[in-house]
Amino acid sequence: MIGKLDDYMRFNEAALSLRSQRQELIASNIANADTPNFKARDIDFASALAGALGRTSPLAAVLSNTSPAHLGGAAPGGSPTTLPDGTALLYRTPAQGAADGNTVDMDVERNQFTDNALRYEVGITLINAQIRGMMTAIQGQ
Amino acid sequence: MSLFNIFNVSGSAMSAQAQRLNAVASNLANADSATSATGEAYRAKQVVFEAVPVEGGATGVKVREVIEDPAPLKMVYDPKHPMADDKGYVAMPNVNVVDEMVNMLSASRSYQTNVDTMNAAKTLLQKTLTLGQ
Repeated sequence: MIGKLDDYMRFNEAALSLRSQRQELIASNIANADTPNFKARDIDFASALAGALGRTSPLAAVLSNTSPAHLGGAAPGGSPTTLPDGTALLYRTPAQGAADGNTVDMDVERNQFTDNALRYEVGITLINAQIRGMMTAIQGQ
Repeated sequence: MSLFNIFNVSGSAMSAQAQRLNAVASNLANADSATSATGEAYRAKQVVFEAVPVEGGATGVKVREVIEDPAPLKMVYDPKHPMADDKGYVAMPNVNVVDEMVNMLSASRSYQTNVDTMNAAKTLLQKTLTLGQ
């Protein structure tokens, strides 16, 4: 029964968790709007969600660093290429370049930030509806 | 919970922008300081931002260093000035007031944007807390 409940909620749970990660990425872009040479990052939500739903275990192949001498998998310069859950981190293509090498376009970022926040709230509303539906089924009234 | 990370990210940006605003205030205040502790005219201070990764794939900001503007000092002809050289010129600070005003506007706008970001994250977290009610 609990497994069925998990399956019932899994889609919206995965979507919500990805939304919150995307929100964090966009907040990073906004925070670094004045940092020279910062490149704006984002994820492809559709493929990230498909990836998250396709995984059975949280992440099968993660190398753990057990010694400080182990090299991390991050690209040179310290910018990671994937999120901790394995979602690929992409770069935004700037509409017009800036003199300091920064690719954050404030209009795009604010737009995406609001859009993503609204979709997060949609996710919460959907989960609430699912819970309500389940409560109705359980109580049988 | 990664939404909490937004507070760290936006908070780091806010403190970096506040430091930039501080440098602007110092530059504008000292735009006419012909001498300083070193005996030279004041040199404009500029902050250098650096992106720092925080856990969970997000990126915060920090001020890597505060540099002194290498632009040449303004030479002003004022023979009566006590700091004037034998030709009557005084070295005045290389503060560009227009640049500093632009810096000030940019810093305060960025600060506001990060406050908005933080508020949005707070709203989302509060919405999450009401799940199942």
